[in-house]
Amino acid sequence: MSLLFKNIIRFALILFIQIFVLNRIPPLHQFIVPYFYFVFILWLPFKIGRTVLLFIGFAVGMVTDMFFKTPGLHAAACVLIAYVRPFLINLLLPKEATDWGNEEPAKKTMGAVPYGTYLVILTLLHHFYLILLEWMQFGSFLYFIGKLVATSLVSLLLIMITDLFLNRKSKLR
Amino acid sequence: MRNVFLFLKRYSVFIFFLVLQGLALSMLFSYNRFHQTAYGMFSNEVAGNLNKRVNKVESFFTLSEQNQALRKQNAVLLSYLPSGSVIPETSFQLVADTIAVDSLKSYRQYQYFDAKIISNSVFLQQNHIVLHRGSAQGIVPNMAVVGTDGLIGTVISVSENMSVVMSLLHRQSKVIAVLKKGSGLGEVSWDGKDPRFLLLSKIPKTIVVKKGDTVVSSPYSDKFPPGLPIGYVEKIDQDQETNTYKLKVRTAVDFYAVQHAYIVKNLLQDEMDRLKSTVIKE
Repeated sequence: MSLLFKNIIRFALILFIQIFVLNRIPPLHQFIVPYFYFVFILWLPFKIGRTVLLFIGFAVGMVTDMFFKTPGLHAAACVLIAYVRPFLINLLLPKEATDWGNEEPAKKTMGAVPYGTYLVILTLLHHFYLILLEWMQFGSFLYFIGKLVATSLVSLLLIMITDLFLNRKSKLR
Repeated sequence: MRNVFLFLKRYSVFIFFLVLQGLALSMLFSYNRFHQTAYGMFSNEVAGNLNKRVNKVESFFTLSEQNQALRKQNAVLLSYLPSGSVIPETSFQLVADTIAVDSLKSYRQYQYFDAKIISNSVFLQQNHIVLHRGSAQGIVPNMAVVGTDGLIGTVISVSENMSVVMSLLHRQSKVIAVLKKGSGLGEVSWDGKDPRFLLLSKIPKTIVVKKGDTVVSSPYSDKFPPGLPIGYVEKIDQDQETNTYKLKVRTAVDFYAVQHAYIVKNLLQDEMDRLKSTVIKE
């Protein structure tokens, strides 16, 4: 129960920051959009079932879409990373993911290199899909590549800064 | 049959993934049809309510700028008041009025509704503005939205108390415009690069354009009142392939700071639509 409550609070906070802080920042360039909300899916505990994870991904995406006024765009990208996440964790970690209990992906629980790889791959995947869908509606190839690189760098920077500030506890007790 | 169930069981997560993907993508690509219905209504109200609360705090910080803009507009409006001008003395002249009907009497074509902007964005490729006024207050889709300085966009979706506006800063936004000085029918769109500038295309090279020329809404539009400022020409490029200019236009409205808007209702819209539909039928 406490785990559920904690994650609901976290989701509300992350969404608030995305919508009312990051979205209000004056744009530096066409390519730079500070996406941060998807980090919620990356930080969910290891033990969550795959079907539940997919559903959470869809819900997170839809709620975000409500504020971006793009029904389905962010939901599609979130469902994709929610689907890939368990495979990636199994690949990066020696142990079975089910043994990890309530712990969640962090530098402490995974180690610096696996955690970094995990962040980079899922961030790139999320942005790749998101911008691909946008590119199909308008834009050029340069737009696609430029936005993918710039946006991913900004997102990774934001996640790194947050990780430095928040000392996320690996265990819930 | 057993194998089918085994297959379904084995790949249940993958199938669930495909279902959710399909749901999301179908929503995305059937945007216009879908968002008129349940999702649009629900999300407009929920997201709108939250936006309203945050906006209450935010608008406090821009009070002085808003005040200034409104004072400026007030000054313009005051100069139109009848008390501001003097009627020439005609009482000693005797004029026999032979016309039974007052043919000079004007009737009203546009009605303005005041609306507060509760959510706005400039950094996306498809920027929308949410207004705190909806179908309960007489708003329907396709109405024009103008600010104190000029044109803002078009209403595309309406719920009970909120409405969503496609701002000029939207990749799919297209507005017919003319140059205030030399006419020349053109089209204003946005290339998604810089929220301060719009693109004006289709102005023929035969027309002389100078930097700083005002771009206004065209008199042929059935949505926008004619002569509303859209922007000011900033940079003039010759399009090599065609016989037209590519003009970079600075927006008249400061989209970063806009807080209030007026929704414009064309009172002759129905009549115009009816007339047009009879022509198209033939």
